[in-house]
Amino acid sequence: MDLDSLYQEIILDHYRNPHHAGLRDPFEAEVHHVNPTCGDEVTLRVHLAEDGTVRDVSYDAEGCSISQASASVMTDLVIGKQLSEALDTHGVFLELMQGKGQVEPDEEVLEDGIAFAGVAKFPARVKCALLSWMAFKDAALQASSKEETHA
Amino acid sequence: MDGLLTDLDVIRKDFPILERRVANDLPLVYLDSANTSQKPQVVIDAMVDQLENHNANIARAMHTLGAESTYAFEAARDKVAAFLNAPSRDEVIFTKNASEALNLVARTFPLGPGDRVVITEMEHHSNIVPWQLATERAGAELRWFGLTDEGELDLSNIDELLTPGTKVVALTWVSNMLGTINPVAEIARRAHEVGAVVVLDASQAAPQLPVDVQAVEADFVAFTGHKVTGPTGIGVLWGRTELLDSLPPFLGGGEMIATVSMEKSTWAPIPHKFEAGTPPIVEAIGLGAAIDYISHVGLDRIHAHEQAITGYLLDGLASVSGVRVLGPLDPTRRGGAVAFELAGVHPHDVAQLLDSRGIAVRAGHHCAKPAHKRFGVQSSTRASSYLYTTPAEIDALVEGLEFTKNYFKVG
Repeated sequence: MDLDSLYQEIILDHYRNPHHAGLRDPFEAEVHHVNPTCGDEVTLRVHLAEDGTVRDVSYDAEGCSISQASASVMTDLVIGKQLSEALDTHGVFLELMQGKGQVEPDEEVLEDGIAFAGVAKFPARVKCALLSWMAFKDAALQASSKEETHA
Repeated sequence: MDGLLTDLDVIRKDFPILERRVANDLPLVYLDSANTSQKPQVVIDAMVDQLENHNANIARAMHTLGAESTYAFEAARDKVAAFLNAPSRDEVIFTKNASEALNLVARTFPLGPGDRVVITEMEHHSNIVPWQLATERAGAELRWFGLTDEGELDLSNIDELLTPGTKVVALTWVSNMLGTINPVAEIARRAHEVGAVVVLDASQAAPQLPVDVQAVEADFVAFTGHKVTGPTGIGVLWGRTELLDSLPPFLGGGEMIATVSMEKSTWAPIPHKFEAGTPPIVEAIGLGAAIDYISHVGLDRIHAHEQAITGYLLDGLASVSGVRVLGPLDPTRRGGAVAFELAGVHPHDVAQLLDSRGIAVRAGHHCAKPAHKRFGVQSSTRASSYLYTTPAEIDALVEGLEFTKNYFKVG
């Protein structure tokens, strides 16, 4: 087993210094996701601008290095993007994680997220990497449907 | 080291999987026996022999193989009864696991509004959730014993908790997370004073302690086959005859009836009343072989071995800075499952790093979230030994933890 392919330096950096951590106002939707097998948890808020830009994603996460680093990388990738584009990125990351190590990561889209390519080879850890991404998608869709109701 | 099984080398040879090499050809160091134990060759052979030479359904097939299978299945029940020192073999009910055994009691035991069920904060989820469901259904009240900082049951409010309205006291004999051995006989005595029945989860006790249901004056005892070197898919509920007779059936179906008409059915006597459908025949026979095996080694000797290894493990963990053990630190007051934290490294990452060195431990909440919450942690790493565990394997764990700290640059 190649530990270093799992614990890329980028992942350990994000783990030690997570970006956009903490819960902030304002937000349109807040979700709480757990990984029932291990108890990892994330509370995550999404703030959308009126033009559909993801203005902020803030979170409070408790979990392993993979799940913490994944939350940090995810916020880097989605904040400032149009929601549709952020959800596309989610799809690309999901495909990478579910690819059993056979999917070549697209650095153009995933940036630091390509460091998680190795995680896909460790089935027990894929859920860790996906926890915050799934929470983001859930919260973003909730926030977006609220905006539509108000519009 | 005092207490170690003197024939440890011979015992290890009984478990073929211990020859496995993992993680780039390193020897397997299996420290996850509280999760599931490994299986000796005699258990594997007994199951293969049943499938190869005797397979038939039981209690209904009027032919040679049917008779052989029925005999082997019922012989397993005799073995379990002897293992538990049960007064009657008919009090041994085969289930698919300990969870089903506990659910059987929680689902069928009569509870009504105002009744109370008392559990503890150190229960496995399988001895919490069924009682939550049961008390919600009945409009009854669920209370629990808390824990001391040392990881033992806090019995200071026992007089307040055990009232005449208390119908059931359900608790674990040995904690799967903290390792604590609970004073079950004393609690049973107090529970009986108020007329409550006592349900013991012996899932972690049965592998490593002599379990005598009469000595502790239990009313129901549940355990699972796969933690006592038997297969998965087979568990046991033992209950006192008069209680089992008084409970309604749990699952309806084949084999649990006396007669069936379209309007109404009557029930078979125990144990069959609680064994609807074709049971896990091969698994029960495997469990019988497992009980023969550990009884042959001797539960007293296994217990002494576990205490010796656990003491050595606790010493080893104490030598690693940043490790905090959750649960009693005295090896004579605890079982062989030791949960701990390693400062600055999440349990998932600890387990991953150890796995890269061939060491299997468990990371997570071990199905005991409330107990983790009590100690202010979300999850932990758990190393658990069994009769085949060697001091050298503990050394490998301790070295693995130092390697982990180094890898994550902590401590």
